[in-house]
Amino acid sequence: MSMHIGFDFTPPDVPGKVTGEIKYAEDYKKEGMVFARLLTSPLPSGRVAGIDATEALRMDGVVGIFTADDLPPVPPPGNPSLASNYVTYVGQPILAIAAVTEEIAESAIQKVKIDFERRPFVVDPLTSLAPGGHNAYPEGNVLVRTTEEGPEGSPIRGAEIRDVKWPQTAIDALKSGKEPIGGEFTTEWSFGNIDEAFSNAEVVVEEPFVTMGYPHHSLEARTSMAYWENGKCYFHGSSQSQSANNNGLARLLNIDPADLVFINEATGGGFGSKIGAYPIMAVSGNFSRVLNRPVQLRITREQEFYIGSARSGMQGWIKMAANANGKVTAVDLVIVNDGGATGGGSGNSSAQHVTVAYQPENMRYRGISVYTNTTPRGAQRGPGQNEMAAVLAPLADKVANQLGIDRVAFRRINAIDSDGFQGGSQGPVTSAFVKEALDQGMRTFGWKEKLEQPKENGSKVRGVGVGIGYHGAGGRGYDGLVRIGVDGKLYIHSGVGNLGTYSYAGTCRAAAEVLKMPWNHCEIIRGRTDRHLPHSSGQGGSNTIFTHTRTNWVAAQDAVSKLKEIASSEHGGTAEDYEIGEERVFNLRDPSKNLTYAQAASKAIELGGKFSGEVAPADINPITQRAVEGLAGTGLIGVAKDNLPGQGQPPGVLVGFCEIELDRDTGKYQILDYTAIADCGTVVHPKNFENAMRGGAVWGVGLAALERHVYDPQNGLPANTGLYQAKPPTYLDVNLDTQAGAVNIPDPQNPTGGRGIGEPTQGASAAALASAISDALDGHLFNSAPTTTDMIINHLAGNEYSTKSLKTNTF
Amino acid sequence: MNPQLTRRRFIKGVIFSGAAASTGAGVYLAANAQPGSGGAERLITLNINGRNRPVDVMPSETLAYTLRYKLDLTGTKIGCNRGECGACSVLINGVPNYSCSVLTHNVKGKAVTSIEGIKGSDGSLHPIQAAFVTENAPQCGFCTPGQVISAVALLNNNPRPTKAEAARAMSGNLCRCGAYEHYINGVLRASGQIA
Repeated sequence: MSMHIGFDFTPPDVPGKVTGEIKYAEDYKKEGMVFARLLTSPLPSGRVAGIDATEALRMDGVVGIFTADDLPPVPPPGNPSLASNYVTYVGQPILAIAAVTEEIAESAIQKVKIDFERRPFVVDPLTSLAPGGHNAYPEGNVLVRTTEEGPEGSPIRGAEIRDVKWPQTAIDALKSGKEPIGGEFTTEWSFGNIDEAFSNAEVVVEEPFVTMGYPHHSLEARTSMAYWENGKCYFHGSSQSQSANNNGLARLLNIDPADLVFINEATGGGFGSKIGAYPIMAVSGNFSRVLNRPVQLRITREQEFYIGSARSGMQGWIKMAANANGKVTAVDLVIVNDGGATGGGSGNSSAQHVTVAYQPENMRYRGISVYTNTTPRGAQRGPGQNEMAAVLAPLADKVANQLGIDRVAFRRINAIDSDGFQGGSQGPVTSAFVKEALDQGMRTFGWKEKLEQPKENGSKVRGVGVGIGYHGAGGRGYDGLVRIGVDGKLYIHSGVGNLGTYSYAGTCRAAAEVLKMPWNHCEIIRGRTDRHLPHSSGQGGSNTIFTHTRTNWVAAQDAVSKLKEIASSEHGGTAEDYEIGEERVFNLRDPSKNLTYAQAASKAIELGGKFSGEVAPADINPITQRAVEGLAGTGLIGVAKDNLPGQGQPPGVLVGFCEIELDRDTGKYQILDYTAIADCGTVVHPKNFENAMRGGAVWGVGLAALERHVYDPQNGLPANTGLYQAKPPTYLDVNLDTQAGAVNIPDPQNPTGGRGIGEPTQGASAAALASAISDALDGHLFNSAPTTTDMIINHLAGNEYSTKSLKTNTF
Repeated sequence: MNPQLTRRRFIKGVIFSGAAASTGAGVYLAANAQPGSGGAERLITLNINGRNRPVDVMPSETLAYTLRYKLDLTGTKIGCNRGECGACSVLINGVPNYSCSVLTHNVKGKAVTSIEGIKGSDGSLHPIQAAFVTENAPQCGFCTPGQVISAVALLNNNPRPTKAEAARAMSGNLCRCGAYEHYINGVLRASGQIA
């Protein structure tokens, strides 16, 4: 019987969030702190030819300037902390000035004169790929992997920017929904024989599609504050991750990770943009070292738009075939990704979504990522998978409708199960129960009943849709670390970041479960490096539940083993003669022979060695080694690397069902109902699970209906840097009655049964909404994410709409 | 549209200086920091969370700035600094306001309640705060103080709002995590409509 897994609890940081007492990076001050502000590029492309900061540096209160010359050079297409030779997007940081007040720093920035050399720019990938199209970099527009023969015939692998152009016929073909024959790609894979499958298919559907990039717009801008004491850098930053941030940040500061104290109690959103150390962190940390004073670098909302990362857009073509039984027999997929100024596309992940959602018997994927002079792109919640889900769902509906098969039934026919595969390599999964999720969803949503209801009511028309979201959801090989103190409490050291998903806390329940500890006798230790935190995965990729229930489980198992060894050394017999329970370790035959956890911890300190952390396992990460060293002699230490057996990727899969009512006079629609059913193994924390379903559903509305970059193609200026124009969903845009459920079948490769589910919550919602919009409009395919109200009303009026030309970033 | 990067400004910059450098921020300009500029009295007393707080305030200083950086009341968050997100919401004479869009000098003589003033005098959580904890409502938590402020104001005026009324009342508070339904459930719980 489980004590903790599957039960609700309050994560310890929640009260501080409702009172405002919890601290984010910008809430910290330090004696002598100075304030840095950024000067950013007004140009989409160019070079800094000269900087004249004379007037600024003469101002009273200005203490210093920090430029690209103060940092190691970053060759293109790297994302430099401060730009000089390669200015590649509007808003790119160029320099920082520090002053005793923020006002003086800001005023000094205004007095800096920059000589820019301008270069041509481009904001649309297909424009850059077209003959004569401008490139984002002088060297070209595409990162191409290279292999050269090295000494003794060994290959030297690298990458370089090249100028790739497609024949105009290929560009035109893609825009008109045909295969772009003659186009060059940088990623290609296939399995099976698609040509044969297409020729034997009952139904073949072929469509172009476009998805827009859009900013993460984490509500907490990535402000940071750093200072140095006794050779260590104390860095207050905003990160999704804790321990996984250490090495990258240490590299940016050119220090040994042992000399970094990273402090990150709370993070105001990240959504993939703060998984690891990011470039601007280098400025506050290094500037502080130069000035020998604490430096706070505050980032504004507009700057967060510029440097806070964004989802990559896609311009693509897909051809999907199915046999008369509804089995998807072939998929041919082409994706041109928008890499922004730096960053890669996520086309391969988009293709991976196709493999998991429909398990095609034969498939080919070809992709290329093209740089544009727009904000750098990076991972954003289900990168690749979720935007693919949004455009694929209506297209799959078209296949199903042409076959005369119910749309849910079509997905059930093609659903992945535990023997299924994911990705181009057709790798295994740990388990999958998507058919069960579809069945549960149909019942909860009332799919059949809703289909039988009248569709039209005056100008209003109903639409119902179904969608699948997927993301790989778990990793292996990280470390767990727990300590039983002489007070008898269990201290669970977590290197997982606090993104707001509370999985840092949920995963700690696994340790309490193993040690049979009441939760009020447990304390989670987290939030800053010097609290001795283990090596942990990045808090991203929906992986934490799977990954760190395992690490906490193995660490707690190590503690149990040590408890039994200590008890046997005290009371005789062997470790196998002992069991744990009610915060004691006791002899199975004679329970009077026992030690409380507090007594065992004191005994561990006496015994030393592995029992109290003076000796650590050889296979744990250096980060964990340091943490154990820091804890040595303070109690009974349980520490282990996750070496649990198993193979395959744990999939997080969600199915969404959506009902809308669309007004044909205005193009507006209202979401009437939304149901989300997860296949995520055992639900570890039910309340938090439900909230994850709801929050992800909101993100799906943003992706499918609202959010997009808009750049002015004439000057390369972004038009929607603020929240109001970028249009993340509000209370009034979303459904507030989400029905959330889970199959709740344990994953066999996780001791708690859990897998992650964070990212697919968006993909399923976006897909179900796109499917519902298409259904309301008699199966019309917009082939676009987002599908905005103006597109709907233009369609209803018989007009063209902008995305038909596959433009992304612009109209 | 960002006032710092309008096309007009961009072109003007290019024409007249050969470059158009911009911080993209420009909220607190040094002109505001000049002693005595504008002729306003700078040392004023504010009523914050029921206490009188003397504070030196620049003429163009916003209430969000004063609260966070002068009075160390960092529970008030600045998410956008341009009246879009609501993370900086406070009550002014009981009415929710974006403190990033209110000049501090304009709240002289008015009662300002920030998130730090929402708890009971005995330190107990306000029913809204307690309900938000029960619902596990915050995700990243950055918008939460503003959500609490708006929810408190709502219940002060409408003790049993419908879900739609609550959504309208709270719609000035963005939550990038999408925790809207959790917050609405918190409002319904605090108003005794769900248990």
